[in-house]
Amino acid sequence: MSRVLPYPLLTAGLILMWLLLNAFTPGHLILGTLLAVPASLAMAQLHPAKPRLHNWRAIARLAGVVIHDIAVSNISVARIMFSGARLPRTSGFVAVTLDLQDPTALALLAWIINNAPGTAWVEYRAATGRLLVHVLDLKDDQDWAEIIKNRYEPLLMEIFE
Amino acid sequence: MNDLSALPLWAAILIALLLVAGSTLTLLGAVGLLRLRSFYERLHAPTLGTSGGVLLVLIASMLCFTVLQQRLVVHEVLIFIFITLTTPVTLMLLGRAALYRDRTEGNDGVPAFEPEEIVSEADQ
Repeated sequence: MSRVLPYPLLTAGLILMWLLLNAFTPGHLILGTLLAVPASLAMAQLHPAKPRLHNWRAIARLAGVVIHDIAVSNISVARIMFSGARLPRTSGFVAVTLDLQDPTALALLAWIINNAPGTAWVEYRAATGRLLVHVLDLKDDQDWAEIIKNRYEPLLMEIFE
Repeated sequence: MNDLSALPLWAAILIALLLVAGSTLTLLGAVGLLRLRSFYERLHAPTLGTSGGVLLVLIASMLCFTVLQQRLVVHEVLIFIFITLTTPVTLMLLGRAALYRDRTEGNDGVPAFEPEEIVSEADQ
């Protein structure tokens, strides 16, 4: 398994992408596999960090939380733009100290924070685990640090660590 | 390729609503980019277009071509994945560059440089 398919999820993802781009036919399945297996072997030569997914149920829970939060923040940021972008509003930086260290988990957290309108990942220091996030509508400084700390981080730790 | 008039009425209405909602979100993001006050605030505006906006437009596209071609068309999922994976990279790059500049120039309203507290075993 590990010799022939060092990254089974990557290989499966590439085959799925090939099928989506072309057509779901047995011919394209074979062609896609012929392309995906060497591609993932080439990827293995780069020795990227190999994420281990521990908890599939936590992935589903995280997906639910993230979809909900992105939808809600889309609406609230759209409302800010609509009701006047120049109205007085406190925006600012929030600092969080993360216990999360897995690079893939951090990348996923960056994806979540950046794809939710209203929050932007600005700086992360691996040495101290300090993350700086810019928040567009800062209602309570403590609030955002806690959302990241209590809402996302435990789930990400369950999945990756 | 496909005659759009072949769309049934319910699909046409639904697709139109999704398209209008998605492009409104994107437009609001563009307006925000013009009107918000500080650079860091403006970072947030385009995210409306790249998350909610693109999602609604892509759902409309999937629905439209699934109905027209009488088969499931879902490769728009790939567009969504690639857009949401790549735009945050630019966002973080711009954010960090602005923060670095503001700190170096000693501007107000940005957190100061943080000392590296633990240097020993962190970078392994």
